[in-house]
Amino acid sequence: MNARSLFIPITLVLVLGFLIGPFLIIVAASFSAGETLNFPPQGFSLRWIAKVFTVESFQASFAMSLFLAIGGTAAALVLGIPASYALSRYKLPGAEIVRTVVSAPIIVPGIIVGLALLRYIVVPFQVGITLALFVAHTALVLPYAVRVVSASLDNLRSDIEEAAVLLGSSRLGAFFRVVMPNIRGGIMSAFILGFVTSFNQVPVSLFLSGPGVRTLPVDMIAYMEIVFDPSVAALSSLLAFLSIGIVFAAERFLGFSRYV
Amino acid sequence: MSDASYLSLEKLTLAYGDTVAVADLDLDIRKGELIALLGPSGCGKTTTMRAIAGLLPVKSGHVRLDGADMTWVPANKRAVGLVFQSYALFPHLSVYENVAFGLKLKGMRGADLDAKVQAGLKSVGLSSFANRKPAELSGGQQQRVALARSMVMEPKVLLLDEPLSNLDARLRLEMRTELQRVQKETGVTMIFVTHDQAEALALADRIVVMKGGAIEQIGSPEDIYNRPVSSFVADFVGFENIFPLEGGRLRTSGGLIELSGEAPSAAGLAWRPRMVTLGTGPFRGTVRGTSFAGDSREYLLDTSLGPIKAEVEAGLSAHPLGADLLFDLPAEKAALLSKFS
Repeated sequence: MNARSLFIPITLVLVLGFLIGPFLIIVAASFSAGETLNFPPQGFSLRWIAKVFTVESFQASFAMSLFLAIGGTAAALVLGIPASYALSRYKLPGAEIVRTVVSAPIIVPGIIVGLALLRYIVVPFQVGITLALFVAHTALVLPYAVRVVSASLDNLRSDIEEAAVLLGSSRLGAFFRVVMPNIRGGIMSAFILGFVTSFNQVPVSLFLSGPGVRTLPVDMIAYMEIVFDPSVAALSSLLAFLSIGIVFAAERFLGFSRYV
Repeated sequence: MSDASYLSLEKLTLAYGDTVAVADLDLDIRKGELIALLGPSGCGKTTTMRAIAGLLPVKSGHVRLDGADMTWVPANKRAVGLVFQSYALFPHLSVYENVAFGLKLKGMRGADLDAKVQAGLKSVGLSSFANRKPAELSGGQQQRVALARSMVMEPKVLLLDEPLSNLDARLRLEMRTELQRVQKETGVTMIFVTHDQAEALALADRIVVMKGGAIEQIGSPEDIYNRPVSSFVADFVGFENIFPLEGGRLRTSGGLIELSGEAPSAAGLAWRPRMVTLGTGPFRGTVRGTSFAGDSREYLLDTSLGPIKAEVEAGLSAHPLGADLLFDLPAEKAALLSKFS
């Protein structure tokens, strides 16, 4: 084999190595029997996996992350579905501006969003930490909600709503009777995407977290600053498998990749 | 309400924003009539149909139906059915559920509902497809579901948007027959929109030819086909030799020309290609093009009147390209146009 024909396979192995390698290292490290986070792992045990479930702050921050991911995504959908509908069905003045503004949280670095929220909203208005996190996560998920839901609305003919109206439905009724059922896949996909985005979010949450109120990723960072044992690796592995499971199920049952 | 105005449009003006699409339109339709709104795209026919359905707000004027002013009655309370060009079936519902949709909204349930839906499906020959999804049906079948979905609601008026344009030739004939049968059996007033004159001629009791947001001519298919009132309608229904008339003479690109017979009084005259006499007559032309069309042969002539299209029976001897021919535009055969544009 000459150098040319080796180029592609080698590149492929390197790229996959960089993508999957760290994940494999973390997974391996979670089964370590040693006291510190190390690779290669020393021995094999499930003690760190078990320990994850006994750390109290993890339980609280997991609950917080779950609440933000579910609540924030649901709120983003409640705001995002009507917005997507308006953007896709009507010729609105300034629609492009709205589209851009709605997408801003994807483009603007999270650290800036977090700082801005902290400096100009949370501190001056004395907003509670939980509320601030909730609002921030809703805003972060909104772009994904609008994007994914818009995509499925654009694939749906608008005359079915008129058909429903002529068969006696109100405009709003037509939306719930014939639009919602047909964009259900898009909404589910947006929910999953939003959930994962929110759950994995670090920079914004980092700024807004306060005493006793943290999201799980922020809590993990805090934990590692004090204790350098493999339980963080164990937790990471658990979360990773959870995410993979959700996305796999979504792809299997909803054809997730059609919408994203 | 008189019998002649079951559905009437009075001084109807419709606009999209500031663009007026239909202006001061008056139209009376009898109960049980099958009307075609015929015209090229942009003539306002679809706009008019949408206004009848209540999908487009009226700028001024009135829509009256069965004695009631419908102008500001919302679309879902009008009892007007519409079969969309795309059929607009609900993709998430089965054929059965599509047909049941409106009936359920009316509050119909149980055995009544089932009987009605089954009857609707049976009338369009789709009983065995009740559990299919729309995506599993052919275009023709989807259209029949759409028809059944509208008809089970027993609408006062059934509107159809280009009902035959998405179908292939064989299905077209089938659907034509189907629509006529439904109309005969139920007596529903039907209005369909089309840009295809053949479709309108074949199906309608009366044809409304529209142009630029106004009615150009209303008449029976025979009227429209044989007696177009304007150069626009004449052109639309296949008159290819159309000239304005000035003081009893034809205004042509070759100047004013005296006709062979006595000139009638009209704004213009029009001849179909087959109305042109070929072989004898006061005019002379050169064959510029010829095409064989089975039963007939068409000639394009270069003449002092400008280009003339003539059609003769194919059995007659063929003239080669470049041949000089005598021809006539017999005044007594011409359609008299009162309007020339």
